[in-house]
Amino acid sequence: MNALRILPEIVLTVAGILVMLADATMAKAASRKPLGWLAVLGALAALGASLWQYSLPPGTAYFDVVRTDAFSVFFHVLIAGIVLAALLITLDSVSDTTEGLGELFALMLFGSVGMMFMTCATELLLIFIALEISSISTYIMAGFRRKSAKSPESALKYFLLGSFATAFFLYGIALIFGATGSTSIDFLAAHAAASHTPWLLYVGLAMIVIGLGFKVSAAPFHVWTPDVYEGAPSPVVALMSTGPKAAAFAVLLRIVYGALPFLHAHWVPILWWLAVLSMTIGNLGALRQRNVKRMLAYSSIAHAGYLLVAFTAFSADGIAAASFYAVSYAAMNVGIFAVISHAGGYDDRLTLLDDYRGLAYRSPLLGGAMALFLVSLIGIPFTGGFFGKFYVFAAALHSGLVWLTIIGLVNSGIAAFYYLRVVTAVYARPAETAPVMSIPRPSLPLLIALFLTAATTLVLGIVPQNVLSAAQAAARTYSSVSQPLPTPAPGSAMNTASR
Amino acid sequence: MLTDRILTLITFVPIGGALVVALLPRRGRVIQIFTLLVTLLTFGLSLHLPVHFDYAQHGFQFVENEAWVANPAIRYHLGVDGLSLWLVLLTTFLAPIGVLVSWRAIETRTKEFYFLFLLQQTAMIGVFVALDMILYYGFWELSLVPMAILIAMFGPGKGRQAAIKFFLYTFLPSALLLVAILWLYAKTGTFEFSQLQSLLASGSLGVSSTALAWASLAFLVAFAVKVPVFPLHGWLADVIQEAPTAMAMVVAGKLGLYSIFRFNLGLFPAQSRAIAPLMIALAVIGILYGALLALAQSDMKRLVAYSILGNLSFCILGIFCFALTGLNGAVFQTLNEGVTGGALLVLVSFLYERYGTYDMSLYGGLAGKLPMLATLYVITGLALVGLPLLNGFVGEFLVLSGSFPVHPAWVGVATLGVILSASYMLWMVQRIFYGQPSPLVTNRVSMDLNAREHLTLWPMAVLMLAMGVLSPYWIKAIDGAMSGLANPASLSATHAVPTPTLRAALPAAPVTEKP
Repeated sequence: MNALRILPEIVLTVAGILVMLADATMAKAASRKPLGWLAVLGALAALGASLWQYSLPPGTAYFDVVRTDAFSVFFHVLIAGIVLAALLITLDSVSDTTEGLGELFALMLFGSVGMMFMTCATELLLIFIALEISSISTYIMAGFRRKSAKSPESALKYFLLGSFATAFFLYGIALIFGATGSTSIDFLAAHAAASHTPWLLYVGLAMIVIGLGFKVSAAPFHVWTPDVYEGAPSPVVALMSTGPKAAAFAVLLRIVYGALPFLHAHWVPILWWLAVLSMTIGNLGALRQRNVKRMLAYSSIAHAGYLLVAFTAFSADGIAAASFYAVSYAAMNVGIFAVISHAGGYDDRLTLLDDYRGLAYRSPLLGGAMALFLVSLIGIPFTGGFFGKFYVFAAALHSGLVWLTIIGLVNSGIAAFYYLRVVTAVYARPAETAPVMSIPRPSLPLLIALFLTAATTLVLGIVPQNVLSAAQAAARTYSSVSQPLPTPAPGSAMNTASR
Repeated sequence: MLTDRILTLITFVPIGGALVVALLPRRGRVIQIFTLLVTLLTFGLSLHLPVHFDYAQHGFQFVENEAWVANPAIRYHLGVDGLSLWLVLLTTFLAPIGVLVSWRAIETRTKEFYFLFLLQQTAMIGVFVALDMILYYGFWELSLVPMAILIAMFGPGKGRQAAIKFFLYTFLPSALLLVAILWLYAKTGTFEFSQLQSLLASGSLGVSSTALAWASLAFLVAFAVKVPVFPLHGWLADVIQEAPTAMAMVVAGKLGLYSIFRFNLGLFPAQSRAIAPLMIALAVIGILYGALLALAQSDMKRLVAYSILGNLSFCILGIFCFALTGLNGAVFQTLNEGVTGGALLVLVSFLYERYGTYDMSLYGGLAGKLPMLATLYVITGLALVGLPLLNGFVGEFLVLSGSFPVHPAWVGVATLGVILSASYMLWMVQRIFYGQPSPLVTNRVSMDLNAREHLTLWPMAVLMLAMGVLSPYWIKAIDGAMSGLANPASLSATHAVPTPTLRAALPAAPVTEKP
């Protein structure tokens, strides 16, 4: 029974080990692409196992360090989906002779094991170990294009700042242990309020927020993001801009809503400022970029800000909105990096805005897909991006955060400018002077990845009900905000917005 | 029954067509012909509405209402009343014309063009029929995207800049509109228009009047930019200049004006009245400013853009005087602007296709060479300046006669705009069609209107005449919706002036006959 509660993790680990073993036994010159398909199978199995976990009754395993509930399963499914798409994108962009491909596939699987454990662990030390598994895999993957100058630089920068942030996180755990004598989230939720040294708790919480703020690239802990996204291979960026972030947001939810909800008077203002700074700095930074990958890095900072808005709502609606947003952001961001990775190739030939001029004429499919994902990133209705923003800001307004909502939506207006610049470039006439870049025909894995992400984006925008119900079920696992989800009777005047 | 879902059909047939267009081969005129058939089908379907519309009833008809998202409660709620009825018809009527006018103008990238063109149709029809705020907002925002991409794709000069300008001008205020909608939801728990209307009217929400004023302002600014109302018109001239004709015909006016009618007047009547003096002043400035700028243009397309600004300001004037006649006139004028302004843009684009320039100073003496085009140009111009028997007269007359008793001074000034608009329009006709033939005209051999161009223009010309002569047919539906909106009893109580009844104010009646 214990093992079933971590079945997706076991599946991924086994698949990762198989890929590594096969890689070691294969002839040196042999193509490693079949290993990619093996990894895809592993991810598919993990996706199936995660979905199957919905049929498990909620409960804990392994001395209560792991909990499977609607919340953890929701994020398991999301992470399995992300790694599946990222593997497909990798398969499309690499060639038979790309160096170290077997390791790359294995690392993607191992990294997602770490992300999955982050979302189901209820013990701060296990969260820390999972965070390390996920981070170290990502550091290595960021530097995978060894021949390019930027990729190792990106990896080193990511590693140095990342370890620093993890240290903050660990120190925070230590302080919380000092204040309460426990690192179990359930124990903290029940007893931390009675701590004799609350200031230790405050400092510990602040440290943890800094550590996680780095992982989700929230301003002012965001400085690494543009350089790392620019240097890392695009398929890896597709994974690391969504998977570890979703996992880190899940951890943040577990800690602030699960373990320390009684401190909300302290962390809500902190997260309020982080949200405002991330949205504003992210969007203003993106305005100046000519490099599409750097622009998307700043945009991911801004999106982290939108997600943090949901946190500050301090309500079940806020948790549901954050979870929903994580899915919709993952779909559109993985999708757009699929396009960039295919158009630019593994060695990033096309990264400047001008390179994308007239993309829609060289490849109507890629151009159309890129436009769809950008439109979703803007937040135009009938795409996932709209409902993501809608739920986030509806939750914020419901909690009376009028100014935060105005700042957020004005920000989304600013953001429209730089996304639209890419859309118009994609559909503008190709510049006559520009050299015509040949774009290879989309391969089968790319088509699957594009279909998955585009379909998710549209489904979330047109029939969001199922995912929303799952997110609301995830939110209901938090007793700290157990006030009923507002189901206002149609027509009844409710004055619940005053908190 | 198919007719139970008539509004769904009308709204989604274009987008269904768009999906087929995406799969059609880029060969010959397959895509054009298919799109033309789709738009004709949509128009045919929409004719069901006026035929089966119950003119005695003032509420929403052809209603479809079912759950879309359970929590928060968003509903798939469609319906039309006398206001949206004709706007839907106008949209579906202009769609085949948009295809015909693009027939030769858009020769490359036709698949992209017609795909986005049909997507735009769905978005516009959706705006008029959606009765759930989020569904409405969805269509409203969706209508920006195909427009912006098409301007960027086909703008001859600074298309990309114009597209981004248009998008930002309209998207930024829309973000605040969303804040206001969400805020209303937080207070009322509903996105449904009718429920919001009755809740707001009951005054039982316990929200401060300041907050309501801000919310109504967020609505108003978002819509005023789209109309556009002076001084938010900065995007208009650039967009009309750069957009393909089929898009320029629909970019201004009806969407924004409809939304002001529906939401500002419908949800925030008291707040709209409070801000009316400012809006009337802006409208009168817009009328004069548009007309004066139009006088100063030598580029035909920019002239048309500023004339559109002036004419739309008439609608704003009619709305914010809160007299039933003026409101009817404003709706009628909105329809006029779609038909007449659209026709003028089509004519200008036909001239451009023949001579390759919009610069009026290069034209002259065309009447002798292109008599049919000149005739239709003159008819359209006369409709625009408000010649009796044509549609423009009805609209302007209703607006001016309805609002004069309320604000005689402002309306008096606005009347100057009528004179100015006659001057620039007639001057334009004179410069292009009369006088000595210019070198451009003599050196280039051009054919008069061909069959396709006749087919494009005559429906609009006939409609101008029909709307001028048979206006009661349109007004009877509009009147029902408007009297529901602005309760005449409270109107006369507030302003203490007799509201001229509609029948007395119809164009056939001389001015002096007003009570």
